Parts: sequence; C-alpha cells; structure tokens
Amino acid sequence: MNTKKDQKMNRREFFLNGARALGLTALGGLVWSAYVDEVTASSLLLRPPGALDEKEFLKSCIKCGMCVEACPYDTLKLAKPGDNKPLGTPYFVPRDIPCYMCPDIPCVPVCPTDALDEKKVTKNNKLDIKEASMGVAVIDQSSCIAFWGIQCDACYRACPLLGEAITIEYTKNERTGKHAFLKPVVHTDVCTGCGLCEKACVTKKAAIFVLPKEVALGKAGDYYIKGWDKKDEQRLQKATNKINKTKISERKAVDSLNDLGGILDE
Amino acid sequence: MNNLIFKHRFLIARRITQVTIMFLYFAANAWGFNFLMGNLSSSKILNTIPLSDPYAVLQMLAAGAVLSADVLGGVFIIILFYMFFGGRAFCSYVCPVNMITDLSNYIRRKFGFNKIQKRQPASRNIRYYVLALSLIISFIMGYAAFEFISPVAMIQRGIIFGLGFGWAAILIIFLFDLFVLKNGWCGHICPIGGFYSLIGRFSFIRVHHNHENCTACMKCKEVCPESQVLFMITKDSLPVTSGECTNCGRCVEVCDDEALNFSIKNYKRK
Ligand code: SF4
Ligand code: SF4
Ligand code: SF4
Ligand code: SF4
Ligand code: SF4
Repeated sequence: MNTKKDQKMNRREFFLNGARALGLTALGGLVWSAYVDEVTASSLLLRPPGALDEKEFLKSCIKCGMCVEACPYDTLKLAKPGDNKPLGTPYFVPRDIPCYMCPDIPCVPVCPTDALDEKKVTKNNKLDIKEASMGVAVIDQSSCIAFWGIQCDACYRACPLLGEAITIEYTKNERTGKHAFLKPVVHTDVCTGCGLCEKACVTKKAAIFVLPKEVALGKAGDYYIKGWDKKDEQRLQKATNKINKTKISERKAVDSLNDLGGILDE
Repeated sequence: MNNLIFKHRFLIARRITQVTIMFLYFAANAWGFNFLMGNLSSSKILNTIPLSDPYAVLQMLAAGAVLSADVLGGVFIIILFYMFFGGRAFCSYVCPVNMITDLSNYIRRKFGFNKIQKRQPASRNIRYYVLALSLIISFIMGYAAFEFISPVAMIQRGIIFGLGFGWAAILIIFLFDLFVLKNGWCGHICPIGGFYSLIGRFSFIRVHHNHENCTACMKCKEVCPESQVLFMITKDSLPVTSGECTNCGRCVEVCDDEALNFSIKNYKRK
C-alpha cells in the first residue's frame, strides 16, 4: 500500500521534473536565440579588408583577434562587452583610426578561418588593397564647407586613391558671382572605405564618413541599361523578350486608342 | 617549505601554465612577440602551427560555415592533444576562468560555506544540455551561438585585448560560485568543460586510487571540484575513468596516505 503510493509519487515527481527541465531549456533557448539575433543585427559596422559578406562573416569569424594583432596601425578592434557590437568580432572606427591601406595587407592572410578572404583582395594573382571594399564614403553636403563655398580639400588630399576615389568638381558660385565651388565627389566604385577622408575632415563631426556598402548604396536593378556604355549594352544580346497578347493588343495601337468604347467595331 | 611546495606541486604547475599562456597571448598583441598569437578560440604557435577550439568550430559547423584547412588542422591537433592528456586538463591548466572559480571554492572552504548547504540542488549534467542547446541554436540561427555569450571567451579576450565590461562576467561567475552554487559554473554549466569531458573519456593519463592505503580522511573529496568522479574512494582500487575529472591533481596532492596517484591508463584490464 505504502510502496504503491510511493511509486505514484515518484512517477509524478519524475514527470514534473522532466517537464520543468524541458520548460527551462525551451525558455533558455528562446532568450538565447533572441539575444544572438539582437547582437548580430547591428549593421553599421566596418569590417577589415577582404571580409566576407556580413552574414557569412559572422558565421566564419572565430574571434581570434589575429587580424587585430597583425594590423600595424592598431586600426582594428575586437568588440568588447559594452561596445554594442557582435561580441569578439573585429571592426574599425575610421574617425579614431582609419585603415591605412597597407600594400601587403597583413591583416588578411593571418585569418585562420578565411572570414577575411584573400581572394577578395587579389587582382592578377597579387594582393591588391585597392580591391578592398570595407565600405563607401558618403558626403553630407549640408555640413561640408566646400559646398558652402569655403575652400577645403582635406578629404581629397587625404585619400590614398587621390583623384580616383574622390575628385573635385568645379562649379560657379552664383551667390558671389565671382567665386568657384570646389566640391568633393566620391566615386563609389573606386572608394575602398578606408576612412582616411573621414579622419582628415576638418568639420567638428565629419562631413564625409564611411558607411557599409549595403547601407549606403542603392541598387538600380538589371532592367536599366546604360545605352551609352558598350559593355552594358551587350547585356541586351543575351536578353530574351516576352510578349503579352491581350485582347486590346490584337489591333493596331492607334485603333485601340481611338476606340472609345467599341465605336470602331468590325 | 619544501613540503609546502610538494603539497602544491600540481597547483603551482597549473598556475604557471595558465598565467604563462595568457601572458604569451597578451605579449603577442601588445608587443608583437609572436610566439603564441591569437587567443583560446584560435591561435598560431611561432606563426606556423595552428590551434583551434574544437567546440567553437563544432558550433560553426552547425551554423553552416565553410571551414578552412587551417582551422581543421588546428582542431585536429587540439583534440589529439587533449585525448591523450585528459580533456579537462584544458580547464585546470589553460582556462583562466579556473583561477576565478578556484578562488570562490577556496573562500567557500575557508569560511565553511560548504557546511551550510550539503546537497547541491543542481545537476551536473546541465553542461551537456547547454552543449546540445548551443548546437541546436547555432543550427537554427546560423551563428556560433555560445561564442556570443561565452564568459570564458569574454574573460580571456579581455585579458588579451582589453576588458570592456568583461569584468562583470568575472564578477558574476565569482559571486555565483561563491554564494549560489558550489563549483557552479565549471562543474555544472560550462559547455566547454562539458565538451572536454566527452573528449577526456579516452585519455591515457588517469588518477588512480589504491584503496588499501586509503584512511578515509576524505580530504580528496573535499578538495575535488568534480567530487562525483571519486566515488570509489575507500571502496575500490580503481582509476578515475570519468572525463569530468579535470586532471588537476589536487586530490593526489592532498592525500597524505599515498592512496592516489597519476598513472597511465592500463588498457589491458577492462
Ligand atoms: S590594411 Fe593595414 S591598416 Fe588597413 S586594417 Fe589591414 S593591416 Fe590595418
Ligand atoms: S583573424 Fe579572422 S577569425 Fe580571427 S578575428 Fe580576425 S576575422 Fe575573425
Ligand atoms: S574634408 Fe570635410 S569639409 Fe572638407 S571638403 Fe572634405 S568633406 Fe568637406
Ligand atoms: S569548466 Fe569551463 S570555465 Fe571552467 S575551467 Fe573548464 S572551460 Fe574554463
Ligand atoms: S579527481 Fe583529482 S584530479 Fe580529478 S578533478 Fe578531482 S581533484 Fe582533480
């Protein structure tokens, strides 16, 4: 009698404990997943040269910090608790220390996981830092003093790809009538996102700053073709076309336009 | 004095290796002294021999990352090494958190906290659940899940690259072990310890108990961070076969009756 009752209690306890453990695990798992989702979501972050696309990068980077150690300029940092960035992953803040675009790119080959991929910064079988695509510089025209008409070319001079990634555009200053604007223009296909311009900018808070490319750039889509660009136009050769036949397109365009509600019948 | 050193020979060896390894990592970052580059997640010895944390890589695999040859080679070396020396030798000889939790444990013993609460309310298997859960979440989320919360990684990275808020992780583990659960973090929760327990089952180096010499003083069980692995004390002459033993050698040191010692696993008797 007593043993039977004990058995019942034991079984109940067993199930209760099991359910409790399961519930706790599920709860822990949910909180944990939510946290991982949260910390990996921050997208305003500049990665070292050659970094894979953010999602793949976060998968691959083992957070060893060898890229950080390899950088001779102390550009790269590993995200610490409190930095509000995916914990342990390398990043840089150009206004503090930009990437100086070392020709031998020491930070990339040391990466053991290929999260920094040599292929992405290789051209003609040679490491080429100009291939780096860490981000792209964006100019805020309302705070750039060159757009006010004050002469400044600090960013232009600081750019390691001077005359390629940033050029100066001359326009007439209609307000004074006798001065010129010397406006900096960023060429997004050349800019590597090193941030030397952002570091050099003379304004209190930089008027030119580097953003990740996915954040800063738009995308026109495949369906626009630059007719003035021979290469771009070649895309037309492979193009297929699809014709939609509807009732209205059976007739000539003029006829169907003139047909106000079936007058021209026959 | 000599006796004091002898009585702490493994403890001293452990502290020396722990501190030296962290110092070498730190030196590589601070002064470019590249004997040991990187950190406990992945490193390189003399710029050639790769080492990688197999548990981190396992999570990366679950998350669907493409693994490079360097990392796979590094994992291979580490697994082989710890299979031989007892997986949790990592815990007692390398992991810096071990110094924090040992301190908690020491204070507990000195102030008699352990006497108040005899039975520990939590299961030591939690670490295996955390281990499994980390792999499931890595698979679902597509990121190495434990690597984003690991206080172990936070602390060792903190020592090498600067701490940030990492001191909070140190404090939490210290207080948790001191006031909430004896050997709470390392003995119950840490999935790295869990992972190395699984590898450690195959290790050759074992603590061996000779029950003829044992006087049942229980000093070894008192000092062992994984006292459940010493179930044979006073009863049987058996080696400690559980992978949960950290091979720290504290039990060997405190035993005054030569009932415990390290031995190479004898594969013939099974
Ligand atoms: S290219 Fe040079 S400066 Fe730039 S992050 Fe790499 S090592 Fe540092
Ligand atoms: S070297 Fe590679 S794996 Fe290591 S922190 Fe840098 S990007 Fe991550
Ligand atoms: S340095 Fe700054 S203020 Fe000067 S031209 Fe460049 S963006 Fe404008
Ligand atoms: S159990 Fe975890 S935290 Fe403790 S020593 Fe081992 S790896 Fe380090
Ligand atoms: S059995 Fe001995 S060597 Fe193993 S963990 Fe316990 S005290 Fe350390």
